[in-house]
This record gives sequence, C-alpha cells and structure tokens, in this order.
Amino acid sequence: MTAVAPGPRGRLDGAATPHLEMRGITKAFGSLLANDHVNLEVQDREIHAVVGENGAGKTTLMNILYGLIHPDEGEILIDGQPVRIRGPRDAIAAGIGMVHQHFQLVPVMSVAENVVLGQEPGGIVLDRAAAVRQVRDLSERFGLIVDPTARVETLPVGIQQRVELLKILYRGSRLLVFDEPTAVLTPQETDELFEILRGLVAGGKTVILITHKLNEVMAISERVTVLRQGRNAGVLETARTSPPEIARAMVGREVLLRVERDEAHLGEERLRLEGVTADSDRGLPALAGIDLAVRAGEIVGIAGVSGNGQLELAEVIAGLRPITAGHIYLQGKEVGAQPAAERRANGLAYIPEDRHARGLVLPFEIKDNLILGSQSRPPFAVRGQRNSAAIDQRAEDLIHQFDIRPPNPEAPVSSLSGGNQQKVVVARELAEDPKVMVAAEPTRGLDVGATEFIHQELIRKRDEGLAILLISSELDEIFSLSDTIAVIYQGRIVEVMPSATADRERVGLLMAGGTVESAVPTAAQIAEAAATLGSPGVTGDGPHGEGGA
Amino acid sequence: MDAIGTLVSIFARPDLWAGTLRFAAPLTLAALGGVISERSGVVNIAMEGMMLVGAFFSVLVAAATHDIVLATLSSVLCGGLIAAVHGVASIHLRANQIVSGMAINLLALGLTSFLMFRFFATTGTPSDIPALPDVKIPVIYDIPFVGAVIGDQNLVVWLSILAVPLAWWFLFRTRLGLRIRAVGEHPRAADTLGISVYRIRYLCVILSGLLSGLGGAYLSLSVAHSFSDNMTSGAGFIALAAMIFGKWNPIGAFLACLLFGFGQSLGINLQGTGFPDQLVAATPYVLTVVALAGFVGRAVAPAADGVPYEVGE
Repeated sequence: MTAVAPGPRGRLDGAATPHLEMRGITKAFGSLLANDHVNLEVQDREIHAVVGENGAGKTTLMNILYGLIHPDEGEILIDGQPVRIRGPRDAIAAGIGMVHQHFQLVPVMSVAENVVLGQEPGGIVLDRAAAVRQVRDLSERFGLIVDPTARVETLPVGIQQRVELLKILYRGSRLLVFDEPTAVLTPQETDELFEILRGLVAGGKTVILITHKLNEVMAISERVTVLRQGRNAGVLETARTSPPEIARAMVGREVLLRVERDEAHLGEERLRLEGVTADSDRGLPALAGIDLAVRAGEIVGIAGVSGNGQLELAEVIAGLRPITAGHIYLQGKEVGAQPAAERRANGLAYIPEDRHARGLVLPFEIKDNLILGSQSRPPFAVRGQRNSAAIDQRAEDLIHQFDIRPPNPEAPVSSLSGGNQQKVVVARELAEDPKVMVAAEPTRGLDVGATEFIHQELIRKRDEGLAILLISSELDEIFSLSDTIAVIYQGRIVEVMPSATADRERVGLLMAGGTVESAVPTAAQIAEAAATLGSPGVTGDGPHGEGGA
Repeated sequence: MDAIGTLVSIFARPDLWAGTLRFAAPLTLAALGGVISERSGVVNIAMEGMMLVGAFFSVLVAAATHDIVLATLSSVLCGGLIAAVHGVASIHLRANQIVSGMAINLLALGLTSFLMFRFFATTGTPSDIPALPDVKIPVIYDIPFVGAVIGDQNLVVWLSILAVPLAWWFLFRTRLGLRIRAVGEHPRAADTLGISVYRIRYLCVILSGLLSGLGGAYLSLSVAHSFSDNMTSGAGFIALAAMIFGKWNPIGAFLACLLFGFGQSLGINLQGTGFPDQLVAATPYVLTVVALAGFVGRAVAPAADGVPYEVGE
C-alpha cells in the first residue's frame, strides 16, 4: 500500500465526476502481484490509453473491470457510484463492453447469432429474422458494414473486429474497452478503427484503449495511464508528453525506440524460392507461387496481415509442410523434398510463430530445450546416450550470453516469462551457427525490453552474414529491421522493395490487397448514430428488441 | 439362387422392419442425449452406464410398486442422477471426461450387479412386472404390412421418434439451443456475454442422463421384461457411434440408429436360415467404420467438446 504513487494527476478539473474509477485494485496470482493497488480514472467521453509492458497488469486490470477475474481488494465506481461486478453479466448491466484481444466469436455461427448471443430476440424460439434485422440496422447506423448472415469464420479479421464492436454496441454499452485492438489490423484498418472510436466518443461513449504501441497512444488518446510491474507508473496527458517519456515510464529506464542498424553488406544468395505453392491445414491453397530470395547479410521482411500465407511460408521453408509445386534452394541446393532435420543440418534455423506449440517443450528444463534438434548429435549424444557435461556447458554458455532469467538450467521452460522463453528459442536457433534463419513473429507478445534485445541480436547476426527471412505482422518491426521488404497478400508476394525507399502507406495498401476497403464511415456519422442510440437503446431482452428505433 | 430367394423373403417380412424400429428406439434416445451433452462441450461416453442404471431401477421400482409410471420416472431420474455425477466430475472438477465417463460405466455395472444380487439374488427379477404400453393405432393397424410394422409399436418407440425433431428444434431453433451450441464451440465467448457455461453444461449432461435412463427402462421393462447383469451389452456405445456417425446432429444420429437397428433386426431374422447371421449383423458397424474413414466427410465435433472450462482463466 505504501508503494502507491498516484502519479501526476493531469490537469482535469476535479469538479467532474469521472465516468469510471478503479481504486486500489489488488490481485495476486500465487506469489505474483499482478495488480498492486492500481488506480484508474477515466473521464466521461474520453479516449484513455492504458499502457505497460507484458506482465504489467493491464489485462488483469481490464479483466477485473469486466468481471472475469475477482480482485482481492479495491473498488470500482461508475459515475461515482460503487458497483459490484461479479461476472460479465454485471459488467454488461453496468454499461461496460469489451473487445477482447483474442476475439470472443463463435466461428461457426453467423454474425447476427454472435451479436445477439445472450440477449437474443424472441421468446423460447430464437427470432432469427429480428436478430438479422437488428444487427443490420445497427451496422448501417454506425457504418460498420458487415453481412449479418455471414459465418464469422469466413470473414477477415478486420471485419471480425467490427462484429465484436457490434456486440458491445448491441448491448448499449457506454464504456468501451479495447484490448490491443490494432494487433491484427493493417495501418489503413487501424486508421479506420480510430476514426470509428472518435465518432463513438463524439456520440457519448467513453473508450479505454489498451495498447503497447506508443504511436497509437499519441495519435488517439487524451490521457494515458502507465502501469509497470503491477503498479501505477504515472498518468500522463498525451498532449504534454512524448513517446520516449511514456516508454521510460513503462520500462523504468531509457529505451532505444529505434533499432540502430548499419548499411547491409550483402553476400551470396542463401535462400531462394521459385514458384512455391502449398496448401493450408484445411487443404485450401495458401501459397500461390512464391518467388523470393534472401542473401547473406540481408534481412528480408515479409509484411502482411496475418493469415495471408505467412505461417505456411515459414513452414514450407522449415520443412514442416509439403510444397505442392515449385522449388526451394538452401545455399544453392534444392531442399524442397528434404525433411526438416536435414535442412537444419544444412544450416537452416527457424524461430516458429507459436513458441509454445512449436518452439519449446514447455515442461522440459531450459538446458534440454537449448539442445533440441541437436540432441542426437555429438557432442550432446555419445553412442546414443546423453552427454551431460556438454549439455550443461552449452546451457551455461547460452544462458549467460542471452541473459536468460532465471539463470537456472534446470528450471522448466514453462516457468519462464514469455520474453525469456523466446530467448531460449533464439539462443538455441543461433547456437549451431546457421546460414539462413526464418524468424516468424520473433517478438510477438514480448515487452519492450525483450523486443529490443531480440532485435539487436538479429541485427548482430545479420552483420555477421546470416541471411534472415523475417515474417512479422508488426509493420514497425518490418520497417526497423528489414533491408528488403516483400509484401504478401493472399499467398502471393505482390511487391518487393528496398526498405530505404519503401513507403508505409503504400505497404499498408498492398497488404490490404491494393484497394481501399469498403467506405469508411465518417466520425460525424458514427457520432450521430451513437447519440441517437441513447442509453436504454438496444439493451432490451424483450421479445423483439427495439424494433426500428 | 436359393440364398437370394431367402433374403428377398426376409426383406418382405414386416418383422424385420418393426424390429428395426424397436432396436433403434433405445439407441436413439441415448444418442440424442449424447448429441445434446456434446454440443454443450461435455464428452459423454457414459450413456452405457446411464442406460444400465435406468434399466435396473425401473425394474426395481416396477417390482416394488407395480406402477409403470413410477418405474419409468425413477429410471429417468436415476439416469439423470448418475449423469449429474459425470457433470460434477467433468464440469466443476475438470476431470478428464473420457475417464470420468468410463468410471461412470464401471460404477453403473458394479452398482447394478450388486443391487441385483442384493434384491433378486435367488429368484431373478419377477415376471409379473408391468411393461411400457404398446400403442395400437386403429386404422393403420389393419393395413397389411404397414400395420404390422408401425400399427402396434411401443410407446417408447414413438417417443424416441418424436424426440428427434424435438431435439433438433431445441438445439437449432431455440434461444437456449443457440447458447448451448455457443458454449460447446467457444465457452469463453459465451462467458463474456454473461452466459453461465457451467449451468448450461449441467443442464445438457443431465438431459442426456434422463434420455438414456428412459432408453434403459425400455430395454428392461419392454424388451426383456426383466433385468440381468450388463443387459445393455454395449447399446450405449453403439449410441455413441451413432452420435459421431450422425455428426452430432439429432437427425443424423437417428438415421445412424436406424441403420444399427436394422443390422440387429436383420441378424435376428436371419437366424435359422443358414446365413452367417452374426456376420450379417456386423455389416452396419463395418459400414460405419468405412463411412467414418472418409466417405461421408470428416465428422467434426464441437470445437470445445471435452475441454473443461475454467472461469476467469
């Protein structure tokens, strides 16, 4: 309790009652204090950013607000009135709506069914026609165009997010919480979303935006609450702060927001793909003729919205997915039919997108994870048996070199933080002196500090002559690391350009298929819609909802 | 030549078709229960045990009271009760649902054998217990062939047939059905919308117990007129196969049950004709394996089937 630093209060006139106040929220998971007397104050009709590194307690705080987690201590006030939130039902009743980072949509159901679920029109029988009509009305009123009868799994993620938004608008929520909403969006879609948010606020809604992207904080929020290690680390007024100041508050030290990078010294071609095609897990074409080359000392960044073939691209190179046509050359040798182990032996390293499923054996100790893939080769195996001395030596070296914490080679990898888990993967993949590396989302879910470390490590290896294919849905990452940028869209490389002359807007446009997607509603239009919706609005559980208000 | 003639004559027997319906009825009830339970995300391989419990307690109560309504109700109730045990294990305690289901089956077998010995050890179950009534339909009964097939079927046969569209309507047309399917596909999404995942799952598991219990009562009261150890002899597992074959859809499951019922009926009708009847009786199951192997498309279970849900995970 003594640790609570209320932080600069901003300059808001104390007269106005905040729309939301969370006071002294404390939550412990075992010995870990996820929230330690955290305060959050959000004014009516404000866009308020909540930032912090991974593990800073943002998501815990929001899950407490939404009733998914129960706090050990603290209280929540809406418009100055204390409220008890025992579950999502209470949160919805209190006017709180949440767009979760991982969409909470039932893939096999229609848009309308997803939107009305839990507050369906009809008596015993679901009134489908009314559901479709209400959702269509709502989507037209807010300019969030989406076909209510479409199955959610057939929709692109940007549209799925609209469905999430429609869900909370349908419930008449006044306080809208967005948890990392831009992680899955193209720059254009992000701009659209921000336009929508501004419109919603103008129409009387209040928005909490959880993010770790500082440019977004600067672009849209009025104030920003910073969390660090479960505690308040300040409340800043966006207009009077700067990205470095926010980053310092988040991390507790100065952070290099830009990656230092020298001119690339390109060597011979190390990886080449010619007309590579492959199918997705569902048996649909995922790669439609990929041509690509990576040279020694070069980082080629694949920019694209998730789900455009990136996963399959990484897997065909790694040898985890068969190709249906085309050729893959590793250091000039055709490897299209080689199994993964052989490609590794020939100098290929792979940082998989999903480190839990593919990169690590979570219950295994750090030292065993550090030799995976080399476990049956000398010096780690001698005459078919483990050579503990060599394994321990390798672990000691890598733990030291990559600053893996805790520095205990016997700790199970599952007990490490995400950043340290990823360090284990990167350390192992770089340990065998690879010639080519495929790095898929190497910093996904990592905090600023760990991201900085991994970026520096990749740059260092590139300077030593490693050929790196970087696949990332974070455009910032692509731009700050790549020497060459290749844009992938629907399984095709649509353009390759040197990053020095690449233009963000253009890349964003190519990622979206080269056309501006559906008309963007104007802020004014959304504001009007939000205002006319009023508070009782669509919340009715009654037989036929609100008809056609 | 002669063989084909025999076969044709068997297919012309109304007995074959009436038997199909009779054998399919208990399977259908159990399979529908399985569909409902698994649609909510709780894997249920315990239909066998639930049927066995229903079969025993209906006979026990029938022997004690000679009241068919009480006997049937108690079978339904006991099926529901033992299903609730599976519910507690797999919903609140988040146990492995296959293991829990298997435990229920073994528990039911042991319990009914023990109680059988305890109550009817020397005599066997009494022969004067009431049976579930047949429904004689006046006009239809007099139509040749058709009358012999459906004119005088058991009440439970009709109930099971009626339950099929009802279950379909329940799952796919009602508000509650939408919630059940949402819970089975993506419990977290349902939870964030204020739907109680646990409540829905308990409801569905217990419903499956009620239906299986009734199926068991039919087996003991109307088919066998007695109870004997392990008398369901795998019917619950056949219902399970029917549920999967029918792709977790009430109508599909019913069609699969008809197929299995036909197989059993055919086997019985072939007895004494010189045909290898066991072999013929096995064809529906062979067909199932073939079908599941890819001819009817992959059977896709609800996405969260068998995955325990933890609130606030």
